[in-house]
Amino acid sequence: MSNRPITEDDLHAYVDRALEPEREAEVRVYLDKHPDVAKRIAAYSDERNLLRSVLLPIAEEPLPPRLNLARMIESPRRRPSSLRWAIAAMLMLSLGGLGGWVIRGATQAPVGGIVALAEEASDSYRVYASDRTRPVELRDSTELVQWVSNRLHQPVKLPDLTKSGYRLMGGRVVPTAHGPAAMFMYDDDRGERLVVLTRPMTSDQNAPMAPHSGSDVAGFSWADGGTGYSLVGPRGVDSLRPLANEIRKQAQTI
Amino acid sequence: MSDMLHLVEPLIPALRRYARALVRHHAAADDLVQDCLERAVIHWEQRRSDNPRPWLFAILHNLAINQFRRATVRGVHVAIDETNEDAFGQEAAQEHKVMYRDVMAKLARLPHDQRAVLLLVGVEDLSYADAAKVLGVPVGTVMSRLARARERLHHELEETPGDLDHNIVQLRNKT
Repeated sequence: MSNRPITEDDLHAYVDRALEPEREAEVRVYLDKHPDVAKRIAAYSDERNLLRSVLLPIAEEPLPPRLNLARMIESPRRRPSSLRWAIAAMLMLSLGGLGGWVIRGATQAPVGGIVALAEEASDSYRVYASDRTRPVELRDSTELVQWVSNRLHQPVKLPDLTKSGYRLMGGRVVPTAHGPAAMFMYDDDRGERLVVLTRPMTSDQNAPMAPHSGSDVAGFSWADGGTGYSLVGPRGVDSLRPLANEIRKQAQTI
Repeated sequence: MSDMLHLVEPLIPALRRYARALVRHHAAADDLVQDCLERAVIHWEQRRSDNPRPWLFAILHNLAINQFRRATVRGVHVAIDETNEDAFGQEAAQEHKVMYRDVMAKLARLPHDQRAVLLLVGVEDLSYADAAKVLGVPVGTVMSRLARARERLHHELEETPGDLDHNIVQLRNKT
């Protein structure tokens, strides 16, 4: 028998039957001596069982056709669902308001190059990151760098975000009012996608890093030595700022 | 890909259960599961561990959280299935239905991060380490959330059965 004091974690692991047999025996001895704690732990066990039994029938329901995995594997593509249509409709309705918000932003902030860049990156994110069928045009990184460097008439360096847990999915050339821009898309293990947009700047040749956010997306934009960058992801991703710093650092070492 | 069908198909019922207990709406929950499976098909080769279970729950969990987030930003909300008709169609299950409704309403009073821990650990039998992976937090945080969640649920269940309408308003304000 060890002398380690019983912790609250031990008690919960006891409820979840996740303890080693020896430790479980020690917890049992402890509970025998402490009826108040024993009562609370017994209640937790009962409530755990209650949840399980109440939810059990859900897992026993026959699966609906739309959750047929074999079919999804055969033709992996997104099927529209009622909820998605509802969200799409909501989005359309809120576009008017959003437009107003964007105009407000544009009139308040100096209308410089990186404001436009941030909007282009946000637009690219909205259009391409939500695309389940063909989010990127090219997946091969060598081919991609060659392609976008040709179109942008300058060497483009591919930011590497693997250390931060984001893999390159690929990219494409996207149109802007200021000519072609290179878009790179990344995702992490959870399928969270990020977009990096870069292009030569006509104004704001050098601009400090500035955050921006819309109703659904957020990001950071900056420009160094005539090239602008914007990183955009879903709102609420805390790691955007360090990622932006990382991209900036990598770009400066071209 | 054939190994995928083998490994993932048996997990779908549990994924549905988790989604439904988390968002409480039948169709919305199945939407999330469908979305989750579609992503899993696309990213199957990129998964990093041999055990697809925590990986799938992580995808699903994040989709659900994104939806909660979107709902907060846009003020969108979906109605809640209080009855869950499909699950309990038979008369014999009447009592279960009442209990389901009551327990779900009380569970819904918990913040969704507590609800998630309670479901992943207590119902889906994920290890603490796997639950930590799914939620993207350290194991210590899983333990403290679990402790708070159990305390809170106990408190809610001990309370006299409150009126359901009140619970619904609560949930809508939160999500």
